[in-house]
Amino acid sequence: MSASIQFLKPRQDILSRRATIIADLLELLPPDCLVHEPRELVPFETDAFVSYRRLPLAVALPETTAQVSAVLKYCHRYGVPVVPRGAGTSLCGGAIPQEDALVIGLSKMAKILEVDLVNRCAVVQAGVTNLAISDAVGPDGFFYAPDPSSQLACTIGGNIGMNSGGAHCLKYGVTTNNLLGVKLVLVDGTVIELGGKHLDAAGYDLLGLVCGSEGQLGIVIEATVRLIAKPEGARPVLFGFETSEEAGACVADVIGAGIIPVAIEFMDKPAIEICEAFAKAGYPLDVGALLIVEVEGSEAEMDAMLAAIVEIARRHGVKRVKECQSATEAALIWKGRKSAFGATGRIADYICMDGTVPLSQLSYVLKRTDEIVKGFGLRVANVFHAGDGNMHPLILFNANDPDEAAKAEAAGNEILKLCVDAGGCLTGEHGVGIEKRDLMRHQYSTADLDQQMAVRAAFDPQWLLNPSKVFPLDGRPAI
Amino acid sequence: MTAALIPATESEAADMVRDAGAAGRRLAIAGGGTRSGFAGGQQADAVLRSTGLSGIVTYDPAEMVMTARAGTPVAEVEAALANNNQMLAFEPIDHRALMGTDGEPTIGGVFATNASGPRRLSAGAARDSLLGIRFVNGKGEAIRAGGRVMKNVTGLDLVKLLAGSFGTLGFLTEVTFRVLPRPQAEETIIVSGLDDEAAAQVMALSMALPLDISGAAHLPESVRGRFLAGGLPEGPATVLRLEGLPASVPVRADKLVAALSRLAPLARLGTDDSRRLWREIRDVAPYADGTKRPLWRVSVAPAAGARLVADLRLEAGIDAFYDWQGGLVWMRMEADPEADLVRGMIRRHGGGHATLLRASDASRAVTPTFEPQPAAVAMLSERVRASLDPAGVFFSGQMGEA
Repeated sequence: MSASIQFLKPRQDILSRRATIIADLLELLPPDCLVHEPRELVPFETDAFVSYRRLPLAVALPETTAQVSAVLKYCHRYGVPVVPRGAGTSLCGGAIPQEDALVIGLSKMAKILEVDLVNRCAVVQAGVTNLAISDAVGPDGFFYAPDPSSQLACTIGGNIGMNSGGAHCLKYGVTTNNLLGVKLVLVDGTVIELGGKHLDAAGYDLLGLVCGSEGQLGIVIEATVRLIAKPEGARPVLFGFETSEEAGACVADVIGAGIIPVAIEFMDKPAIEICEAFAKAGYPLDVGALLIVEVEGSEAEMDAMLAAIVEIARRHGVKRVKECQSATEAALIWKGRKSAFGATGRIADYICMDGTVPLSQLSYVLKRTDEIVKGFGLRVANVFHAGDGNMHPLILFNANDPDEAAKAEAAGNEILKLCVDAGGCLTGEHGVGIEKRDLMRHQYSTADLDQQMAVRAAFDPQWLLNPSKVFPLDGRPAI
Repeated sequence: MTAALIPATESEAADMVRDAGAAGRRLAIAGGGTRSGFAGGQQADAVLRSTGLSGIVTYDPAEMVMTARAGTPVAEVEAALANNNQMLAFEPIDHRALMGTDGEPTIGGVFATNASGPRRLSAGAARDSLLGIRFVNGKGEAIRAGGRVMKNVTGLDLVKLLAGSFGTLGFLTEVTFRVLPRPQAEETIIVSGLDDEAAAQVMALSMALPLDISGAAHLPESVRGRFLAGGLPEGPATVLRLEGLPASVPVRADKLVAALSRLAPLARLGTDDSRRLWREIRDVAPYADGTKRPLWRVSVAPAAGARLVADLRLEAGIDAFYDWQGGLVWMRMEADPEADLVRGMIRRHGGGHATLLRASDASRAVTPTFEPQPAAVAMLSERVRASLDPAGVFFSGQMGEA
């Protein structure tokens, strides 16, 4: 196991009071809402960033707003750190606990409270899964747009924490663009509401600030999200190219021509092979790079848009164009793409990067990524959201080999710095967590980070909420 | 007349803010001043203007991203975009006619006020298009937040916080924003003769269809004649806009007509008239009347707009029309702002907020411009404000107060 990323040193005064804290929490929560037996804590020791793990002090699984509020009030009073948790699917360690922290898991608050089709929104508890919202409103012809690959498992609370995106945000935006309101429990237990069913919230845009704050500003327990009418139809089409450069240039030209498909996904050869072996999605294996372009609308609209895209792809030497003939085939194409991470996990350990770069830099960054990873003697598979420049190189390694693990981490850091230097950012949709925390100074100046930390402190002056994450451990304000 | 400070560079702006802080002077932040007059900036010691920071910095149409200095005229930005068949998706309102101001609206002012027009319904607000900013905080430090890519969750989203903060948290010096292809065609379907409540239902029904409607407004009989120089058909007009490829707009328009034809008389507007109509809706043409009669900008759940207005009518003289499927209500009062009545009624109708955009000086002096916040949110907002401007150099204009 790799160990280069540091956590805050556990506070002995908290650890030594563990028994008291658990007894106190049992006064605030029903017995089945507090996990504290060490072996029962194991499932909570990490998230999808599995190289790191820490057993928490205990895990609270509240069922009501009042319980969340009471527990936070207690932790605030006694200085106990808190790590919020949704489904634990974070790829950057956003939900990994620390030894002196209470995990507050929202899994028992998983009700869809209201579907309001006239106002095109849904009010849901934070533990509701992303896909459950679209499933609930689908029969009425609506959907919730952000669609992270983990949407079957990941929760809306976690999506808000990480401002999650997905394949279809090229057209519909990410979580922050689809979030109308939240109910938030502040660190001292105060419950506030930001926004609502109206389109723009009053006062300062605290809702925009909370979205993507990685559980550091409060715990979101309810969300009001926008619903969108489902298009008449949607059609993914596969475009196979000889090289990644050709595919990258084609993406830039499609966008440049004023065509905005609902999704443009990119896979390089290793990714195509991995996904095809797993999902049998019908991806061509004789190409060097694949684009999945999805258009939507009526048959006539899709035909018109596809014709324009095919024309552009031809100019970039497209080798194969494959339109799917049925809904089953379309579903299979997406299944292959969305299972990319899982399929990769079957053949090797991997870490998934999430840098975003300007479209004009796509080809260059792909080429350099390949060189960087090869330079460390490792392999990389690229599968990502090309339309918005959000790259996901998967660096393959053997986790049982400490040397390889260290190399993978080092290669990942180089790639993220490359993204920043190319005019992009460290993370497009996964979040900073612990994974990219120590790279923040590569993207931001001291003054930039100090300002962010000052805003953070306005919500949580004692730095109790998810404290090991996002901001480098050195240079933090004295508490 | 308050003294004006017009920095030519970001570092000069930072010096000015530091100097003001050291001297205990208060600064009101302004761009072109065309949206001014509603946050009471006249109480500041000097105005810090962005107009000296002008010009497009980078613009790559293929990336759909532009960076411009905050004082760049909106007209310059829009002209550059139009040359490349692109646009600001959120259709920023031009406040001049409504507020009786003149001068050049700036792009910084657009984002500082989160000025969003009819397409906010489908394409998001100004804040949704804003990708990155540079600004000077109250300590006189130059800060960068966000970037120039569309997906970015690297650290706290100070971009959203500064957008719509009305110059109370920092002085924007540069903005980077997403732009979209300008629709090649557009058409508006006019549904005539519906009362406000029926119009709300028709708009909801239309938005539930898979037709990608990019504007839904209701213009009651009292305002109908103020649009298109009186050229709209007889009776209240409920208007629905479709935009996009020339091959797709008429097809979708036919479908919408088919869905609505049994409900009320319909008419269609082609691209040119449609563009003009939505510009007039955007700029609140009926109430750009050269008066200072109180004007509220009310944001509520779409279905609540018509009911709110109906209930208010029982107690005060008001005139109103609706954008955003009914969720944005432009409301002109006959006499007084009646703030307590309006805001109380909004709470009874499921919540939202009201901004007093225009009023006489006397009314303004006794009426909070922005919606007063619940105590806990107000306290939090004040802490957030202080984290950007600890000494209170920037005039806060009641933003975020209880």
